Amino acid sequence: MADVVTVALTGLNARPENPAPGMAVARCLAETTGRSVRLIGLGYESLEPGLYRRDLFDSTYLLPYPTTGGGAFRERLLAIHAAEHIDVLIPCLDAELPVCIALAGSLAKSGISTFLPTREQFTFRAKDRLVGAATEAGIATPRTCRVSDPAFFHSCMNHGWHYPLVVKGSIYEATVAYTIQQAVAAFNTIAGRWGHPILVQSHIVGDECNLCTIGDGQGGLIGPVMMKKRGLTDKGKAWAGVCIEDDVLLEAAQRLIAHLKWRGPCEIEGIRSANGNFHLLEINPRFPAWVYFTHGVGRNLPAALVEVAQGRPPPNFPRPAVGALFIRYAEEVVLPMHDFESIVTTGSLPKHEEALEWMA
Amino acid sequence: MERALDDAYKGDLQLPLDVIKRLAVNDSGFVFDPVSGKSFSTNETGKAILKLACTERDPRRIAGMLVAQFDVELSLCEREVLEFVSVLRRLGH
Repeated sequence: MADVVTVALTGLNARPENPAPGMAVARCLAETTGRSVRLIGLGYESLEPGLYRRDLFDSTYLLPYPTTGGGAFRERLLAIHAAEHIDVLIPCLDAELPVCIALAGSLAKSGISTFLPTREQFTFRAKDRLVGAATEAGIATPRTCRVSDPAFFHSCMNHGWHYPLVVKGSIYEATVAYTIQQAVAAFNTIAGRWGHPILVQSHIVGDECNLCTIGDGQGGLIGPVMMKKRGLTDKGKAWAGVCIEDDVLLEAAQRLIAHLKWRGPCEIEGIRSANGNFHLLEINPRFPAWVYFTHGVGRNLPAALVEVAQGRPPPNFPRPAVGALFIRYAEEVVLPMHDFESIVTTGSLPKHEEALEWMA
Repeated sequence: MERALDDAYKGDLQLPLDVIKRLAVNDSGFVFDPVSGKSFSTNETGKAILKLACTERDPRRIAGMLVAQFDVELSLCEREVLEFVSVLRRLGH
């Protein structure tokens, strides 16, 4: 009998300026060699295009937002599991990770494997605690402070801050502010969208570089891939990038992962300043939206994650194809109204054969 | 350019050798830095300078070698070497 693994994953929105990673993870898994992968797509909104990609997913379902509480999320997930027999779950969004981490034990008892950080690891890399984690690992970070009152931006120059500076949400979004007015506006927008705390960071001039990997939970890295952004969207996300090989970035990542004993996928974002020093900006606790590029350069990290989640050894990766580039583009999914109706009314898309019967 | 000229008198390219050695240069003059991810195109003279710079640090001696290779005056060649070095610096190499 063929070795088939059923993988459920989230993050199916694919907004061109700031896509979630789910579609890229799905494409990596669909192109996995050696094992047959059955994909189940999990979304939160009826307009997430991945919900309608029958060419990628065997079935797709809507989930309740994790903010509604772990109980409803778990109940829905187990109902989907009863229908689909999920082997591995890959959460792809920051906001759902606390719930998934809390449920990992009970999901495992139900037969659903995950490969996630512990709650402590997850909390330790949070944006408002990152400076402490980085300092302990001996990695430089930009000066950072929490701000709860926009009056800060009028007086911060008296305390050693200089414009431009970076205004960041604790979960998503960051804006470079060049004036007091821009900083106050960014503060209000980000706080309104994502809540408090708001963080302020000094702006480091240099080249942003990123590393995607899987922490093995023992302090080691599985298949690191480094990428330098070559083109940005309006939200500062990569729409073009090139594979690089930077020993300074790699060494920083090794020290961080070893210090945190990180378990699971992650993206390390940093800046190489003009003098060559590395400054850590963020550790994202999941695959980045550019993760398809890891497969493109010879290191299919989502496929490796499925292996380690099931207790198998990770593959022996070749050296990545340094110099390879990616350029992202957006495309439309065209769907019949009854597919949309099915998602809206039942929270799931019928399997392909059922849809064909319906259409007949 | 002024600083480059000063460096020339010091007899050193003032560009780290490891940076020059890591640059990947193809036949058409496309240059890629695998560490910074930056790329640019150069002409035959630039290709020749990069090749020579892997073993020779003195810009004037590089210019001398180019004179032996191409039909060009030494003063013009020195200026081209220094200009090329200054462009590399501006690109952050």
